[in-house]
Amino acid sequence: MIADLLVHDVSLDFPLYHGSARSLKKTMMRNMTGRMTADSHDRVVVQALRDINFHLKPGDKLGLVGRNGAGKTTLLRALAGIYEPQQGRVRVQGSVNALLDPNLGMNMELTGRENIALRGQYHRMNRAAIARMEDDVATFADLGDFMDLPVRIYSSGMVVRLGFALATAIRPQVLLMDEWFLAGDANFLEKARMRLEDLVRGAEILVLSTHLANVIEEWCSRVIWLDQGRVRADGPVGEVMPAYLAG
Amino acid sequence: MDSLASAPFQETGFDIQSKPDRAQRFVAAKADLVAALGMWRLCGSLAMLDIKLRYRGSVLGPFWLTLSSGLMIGMMGFLYSALFHRDLHDYFPFIALSIVLWNFLLALVTDACMCFISVESVIRSVRAPLMLYAIRVVLRNLLILAHNVVVVVIVDLALQINPGWVGLLAIPALLLWLVVAVSTVVLLGALCARFRDIPPIVASLMQLAFFVSGVIWQPSQLKDFEWLLAFNPVFSLLEVLRAPLLGHVPSLAITASALIYSGIIITLASLLFARVRGRIAFWV
Repeated sequence: MIADLLVHDVSLDFPLYHGSARSLKKTMMRNMTGRMTADSHDRVVVQALRDINFHLKPGDKLGLVGRNGAGKTTLLRALAGIYEPQQGRVRVQGSVNALLDPNLGMNMELTGRENIALRGQYHRMNRAAIARMEDDVATFADLGDFMDLPVRIYSSGMVVRLGFALATAIRPQVLLMDEWFLAGDANFLEKARMRLEDLVRGAEILVLSTHLANVIEEWCSRVIWLDQGRVRADGPVGEVMPAYLAG
Repeated sequence: MDSLASAPFQETGFDIQSKPDRAQRFVAAKADLVAALGMWRLCGSLAMLDIKLRYRGSVLGPFWLTLSSGLMIGMMGFLYSALFHRDLHDYFPFIALSIVLWNFLLALVTDACMCFISVESVIRSVRAPLMLYAIRVVLRNLLILAHNVVVVVIVDLALQINPGWVGLLAIPALLLWLVVAVSTVVLLGALCARFRDIPPIVASLMQLAFFVSGVIWQPSQLKDFEWLLAFNPVFSLLEVLRAPLLGHVPSLAITASALIYSGIIITLASLLFARVRGRIAFWV
């Protein structure tokens, strides 16, 4: 299957149900300028994404830039099929892997080996593939005897290495990536970078969210600048980045 | 829609369109269930690890469950047979089975409330069928049930109780329980994710259900009011499985009641799940 990612007219609201939604609403009613509004059921919602459109084909490497809270991670989650938008269409063809959070559902009470096996099963791998992934992750993360001990007792560096190795062990056609991957000590970073570059080269479509201009310039061919959940600019890196950095 | 129905998860992509009509919602909900059943190995591993984690480092492990149920059943058997003036030979197997089945129901319903809330970080980082987590809760409780059944077997062997061929009626009853259990978990899991006040309500209802559903007293003790029990869903569901294992055929009224209530639970669960499946990620 040829990889393809279509985002058509996507809008996504975040409902606020728990916590102080009521008092929040009172505050909001006085000050209705931001992205918080009430929906048709009179509930408080945050407008996370508005009217997003793009279509990526094999070879497209898209960078998402924007301030904190601009909607980058929410968009990645919508692309990963985790959040289903209230409006519009998200169609992904080809295998997908979303690197959203370094611990990506890792269970701290389980051993490294158990976490690897579970991740493999989430991706519906067979036993042989899981065994291969186990070797690959153990070698990269350099866990040694710690493989059979609970992740809870790992050093923070080991947790990062395991999380990273695990997340990057699955090679998808469509790779969605949040900027967390630049965490870790310098020694690890060099090793991680090579593995990540390998993964990115292997992916047909890349969507990468980051603050860092040099990462975008190195890895992306196209940039979407998100501002308050809307596309503020969309185009080649050379056009959008100067405007983004200036604004 | 074909791609959505066959393989909506990571391997081959997905197609999510907004404002789905009712038929599309049901197709997506069914795809979710089919995908979850296809991941039965993961469901099993998650359930096993849940139990393993709970008892990691303990000597007896999950057999603590067997021991504590055994103790409880032993005490209650003597206490209530004296209180109710029941024949021990008749009452002991009854209370053993009742308590074991009730503990399963109670734990299932309690876990059901946390079914989606407790895995929020996973739901928000991996696209996986949501039914997966419901099946995991049911499997986990079945594993616990399997440990507790040992007590029932010991009691029955000691008192030389044999339900005979009637006992085979427990097989269809158990299958009904499985379907109803998954439905209940989905129903409560989704409701509790949205309305956080429901878990304590459910907990107090279960306490009430324990006393009115003939767990510790035998239905025949109600005498003239025994017919009322058919209106209690907890009782009829309990009775369709319990009666055959004690060597009785459940009455027609009870069987009909169990089937009707099961139908209601399954229908409600399917309707709700089809409607809110796409919203659960926002609620947890």
